[in-house]
Amino acid sequence: MHEYSLVEGLVRRVEEEARRRQATRIHALKVSVGELAGVDPELFRTAYETFRAGTLCAEASLELVTFPARWECPSCGKTFEKGAILRCEPCGEPARLAERSDALLLESIDMEVP
Amino acid sequence: MCTTCGCGDTELVPVELHEKILAGNDRTARHNREHFRESGVLALNLMGSPGSGKTAVLEATAKVLGGLRLGAVSADLATDNDARRLEKAGIPSRAITTGQACHLDAELVHRSLHDFPWRDLDVFFIENVGNLVCPAIYDLGQEANVVALSVTEGEDKPLKYPVMFKTADLVLVTKVDLVPHLDVDLAKIRDSIARVMPSAKILEVSARTGQGMDEWKAWLEGLRGSMKRRAPGAQEARMHAHGHEHTHTHIHEHEHTHGGTKHSHPHSHEHVHDHEHSGSQGEAHDHGAGDHGHQQGGGSHEHKH
Repeated sequence: MHEYSLVEGLVRRVEEEARRRQATRIHALKVSVGELAGVDPELFRTAYETFRAGTLCAEASLELVTFPARWECPSCGKTFEKGAILRCEPCGEPARLAERSDALLLESIDMEVP
Repeated sequence: MCTTCGCGDTELVPVELHEKILAGNDRTARHNREHFRESGVLALNLMGSPGSGKTAVLEATAKVLGGLRLGAVSADLATDNDARRLEKAGIPSRAITTGQACHLDAELVHRSLHDFPWRDLDVFFIENVGNLVCPAIYDLGQEANVVALSVTEGEDKPLKYPVMFKTADLVLVTKVDLVPHLDVDLAKIRDSIARVMPSAKILEVSARTGQGMDEWKAWLEGLRGSMKRRAPGAQEARMHAHGHEHTHTHIHEHEHTHGGTKHSHPHSHEHVHDHEHSGSQGEAHDHGAGDHGHQQGGGSHEHKH
């Protein structure tokens, strides 16, 4: 249940950015969550719904973009899905986690500024 | 708002950030890592389920690594039992009682360093909260992540907790002395690990019989060696680096609102700085709330909370 502390950090960061830009309102947040981010998107959303009350994010919608876990061979580019042995036998290379597979990113904030 | 030209009107702008939600934790972790590396201390984050044998492995480690100076902080929701066990085994230890928090973060580790003589150590173990989920995503500043997985936990456990095993640099399969009494196939455990860890490194150990402890020792020593090679002259570098590291304010604003964590802090951590504090170097030396003791070049001043 670390989703609550993550959301707390997220809201604090968004408020900081909004104050810095003297935003009058925050409309929306966009967050990327990879399958291996260690975050349950539904729990994250629930935590956000609970936590945003009384903050500058109170009226801001949350868009969660999820990314599946995927790996690829750094030599031949062969992709590996979840559950596979993470090693490319022909190349003798360990597979590499693809970008965004473990992402937990605040992508953007839509805010109203003067 | 003016209807002629729109002055005073607000504008909806998308602010692109693309930054890690854990950026704050990662910053503190980097700071911890710098400290550890400058001082030549090998810091390890030991994770695993409750009961996977983390504390027992460390107790057994004290026996095989007699020549090295070991130390530990041990995180637990409610007790300091593990830290006391480690002390008894000869590993100077501190408890970090996390209250409701299910994991350690870099800030908690940083605070724990303040009242612990970690600089004198060769290997510093950070025994995380027993939990295969939350601790995995928090960088603490460790040199490597070690995950303890006991043979009684089920062969498919790595598949169920891929995030934890993805972050592992080493998996210690613990309690292997029990294998003859169980319907467990070590090959299946290895297979599960290979499906979540691209460069799987696995050691089978038993804290009870000492099996595998030599390999574990060799792994630790290898890591110490490569850390030292990466940072030649670490000792000199430490002294030098600290002469310039006086932007400590962000870390030392120690409000002691431990959010449910109750550990006492006789706050007199020692930062030994090797330069003169004559003030002529233009060092602002602003320590924020300044509620910590500092030892500088022999002279010391204590701040009270």
